[in-house]
Amino acid sequence: MSIKGMVLKRLAAGIVTVFLVSILIFLSIEALPGDPATAILGQQATPENLAALRKELKLDLPPHTRYLSWLGNFVQGDLGTSLSNKRPVNEVIGWRFSNTLFLAFSAALVAVPLAIIFGMIAALFRERWPDRILSMGSLAAISFPEFFVGYILIYIFSIKLGLLPSVATIQASMPFWTKINIIILPCFTLLLVVMAHMMRMTRAAIIGVLTSPYIEMAKLKGVSEWPIIIKHAIPNVLSPIINVVVMDLAWLIVGVVVVEVVFVYPGLGQLLVDSVAKRDLPVVQASGLIFAATYILLNLTADILAIITNPKLRHISE
Amino acid sequence: MDNILKIDNLTIKGYWDGNTTVLLEDIDLQLNRGEVLGIIGESGAGKSTLGLAAMGYTRDGCDITEGSVMFDGKELVDATKKELTQLRGSNIAYVAQSAAASFNPAHRLVQQFAETPVRHGHMTFKQAKQKAEKLYKRLNLPFPDSIGYRYPHQVSGGQLQRAMIAMALGCDPDIVVFDEPTTALDVTTQIEVLAAIRDAIKINNTAALYITHDLAVVSQVADRVMVLRHGRLVEDGETREMLENPKEQYTKDLLNVRRQKCDNTKSHKEVVLEIQGVDAGYYPGQNIVEDIDFKIFRGQNVAVVGESGSGKTTLARVITGLLPPNKGKVLFDSKSVSPDVRQRSLNTLRRLQMIYQMPDVALNPRQKIRRIIGRPLEFYSGLSGKAKKKKVHKLLDMIELPSHYYDRYPSELSGGQKQRICIARALAAEPDLIICDEITSALDQLVAEEILKLLQKLQTELGMSYLFITHDLATVKAIADEVIVMYKGNIVEQGNKKDMFDSPDHDYTELLLSSVPEMDPDWLDNLLLKREKVS
Repeated sequence: MSIKGMVLKRLAAGIVTVFLVSILIFLSIEALPGDPATAILGQQATPENLAALRKELKLDLPPHTRYLSWLGNFVQGDLGTSLSNKRPVNEVIGWRFSNTLFLAFSAALVAVPLAIIFGMIAALFRERWPDRILSMGSLAAISFPEFFVGYILIYIFSIKLGLLPSVATIQASMPFWTKINIIILPCFTLLLVVMAHMMRMTRAAIIGVLTSPYIEMAKLKGVSEWPIIIKHAIPNVLSPIINVVVMDLAWLIVGVVVVEVVFVYPGLGQLLVDSVAKRDLPVVQASGLIFAATYILLNLTADILAIITNPKLRHISE
Repeated sequence: MDNILKIDNLTIKGYWDGNTTVLLEDIDLQLNRGEVLGIIGESGAGKSTLGLAAMGYTRDGCDITEGSVMFDGKELVDATKKELTQLRGSNIAYVAQSAAASFNPAHRLVQQFAETPVRHGHMTFKQAKQKAEKLYKRLNLPFPDSIGYRYPHQVSGGQLQRAMIAMALGCDPDIVVFDEPTTALDVTTQIEVLAAIRDAIKINNTAALYITHDLAVVSQVADRVMVLRHGRLVEDGETREMLENPKEQYTKDLLNVRRQKCDNTKSHKEVVLEIQGVDAGYYPGQNIVEDIDFKIFRGQNVAVVGESGSGKTTLARVITGLLPPNKGKVLFDSKSVSPDVRQRSLNTLRRLQMIYQMPDVALNPRQKIRRIIGRPLEFYSGLSGKAKKKKVHKLLDMIELPSHYYDRYPSELSGGQKQRICIARALAAEPDLIICDEITSALDQLVAEEILKLLQKLQTELGMSYLFITHDLATVKAIADEVIVMYKGNIVEQGNKKDMFDSPDHDYTELLLSSVPEMDPDWLDNLLLKREKVS
């Protein structure tokens, strides 16, 4: 199959998945006890008030009607209005999502190259001291929960040394470098976790191919150690490395709510958690879909990159 | 004489799981400039270890514990990494057994060709490219000026092997180590590669170590031959001299493998298996094999021969029902059986058994021999308890293994013994037909010989038929009654073995048969001369 055909097929499957995810999210929210009207009115909830608000929010309609009307609006680009603060969902989510992406890509920009270089070093010096140190360090980083790492970093860098702010509440009006300064700590926390993961994967993938005959051939051709790793091993392990990098990127975008809470960072994950508590269906629905779509898109990217980097798949019919 | 390589008292030990194994013991070797030394022996004889040691290289877990390797007056055993790196590729080059595995799949051929000359500072990339084209041309590769831009997976096995020889010759080395360079190739391709190797080393007066398990192949290229066994030297001498009068019994045995022939003309009446007009392939409308028609009689040996990709294994899958054919019928005992294995009766399944190429993979490593052989006895004959135990012992006796193997695991057995267990497992079902899929190709020649003898003995006792799927024509010569030659998915010729070997009708059969190396140092010359005249 041509690359184009494959991409289109995956893309179609991705859209179907997103659609199924939207149904699942809708059903899960329906299954929660209580409703947004009670949550919004709180103490002032009289039966009349509740009924009026329900009518206004169209909660009195049957679930499938509400789902279909939401879907209709969504297709036209209207994500609806937040139930809890009456602002358009696009506006609420847009700012939060751009913050999440900002944090994720800042972390990835540092983590990916470092992780791959460390992975290569560990593979080259396998079973010797540089490898041992890197392996132990990465194992430790993986083992500690990220909120724990976050608090330790805050303790050291904010409280003891006073170098960096402990709260990462960024605002749109801040200049770029201030934003960078503010997110250094949460970024570092994320870095430690994903880097360990990617580094171990790179190391394992390289060591896996080092026993193959073409590596022995390269040694017998008089190629020295670093070029063997870079020229002969790396091009053949790109596909697993790309996969783990992309999976970690996805995690950086959709799975960092704990770190956002620790550093009071206004990301999408935190918004999602708050909105579930408030039964704010349009926001939950939209955030959930964004997460699902990100995941699917990144996986698709990984597949395409894997094909492009594999000459066997790239040059099928020459 | 001018020794380019001199190895003295070389001992190499291997360390695995705390055990020490002696891989090579006290080996002496001298190689003169322009001389080709053949190193032959069975697997585990230490041939490759010796070839690599000549480059100052040992695999992980192996160590040179004693002796010296002198290359052109330089000691390699205690040379630094840097010195060795400079030497390898430039002065001593290596040609591996499987070019397909030894070329890096991620780079184009010419990039890999140029790597050593450019890295070692002998040439610029452009010069290396020109050199590559020259060598590709000399080695008769098609499109010598553009083939270098292909990736390894885009050229055939034989071409790739020649491209690797070109790569080894890139820096005009003093020595080339050839490690079984033709073993992975079909016989017809082997000829081209052998001729290429011979010409290439003759022109530059390059010395070579030629490692192989095949005496017939080595006698075509080598001036001298060394026979190794269990890491020790058995004997060495001039090629012709050794072929004519070998001194040691082991060498005599190796020579006899190829010369042994047997004639078994039997009369056959009862048809066991019949294939009628079968077309089959893995996708609808795309046939790998077409128009297959043949019969196997009771007690008969039929050999299906052909190169890799000719459809032999696909045919076996059709017969066993793993691959239902797109067209045609499979008849067992003149009765049509279901094309799908899942719908065949227990009795049909029992009567058709299979033995595979790799006994290591075909036996469950976590099961003891008694369970491996006992299972078909339970499954097909419903035996259990004492009766089953008695039958397993009887089967062990039939395959000439001692009865205490009853409680062993496959890992405690040698390759040949494992293949015997596979035979016993097939026999346990009391089949009418056994399909043998390349059963000797993973075994050393002497061991393979014994397996074939055993199969013949069992046939005389039990009277079943064999269908051999093989590319090894020596096996066919030794055991088949009837031969089916396949080429590109079709049967090009079939008939009595003797008639076919004496006067092949089809051009392809003739090409195939004449390509089997013989133990005659002049065989390749004569053959090439003859082919030149014809064309």
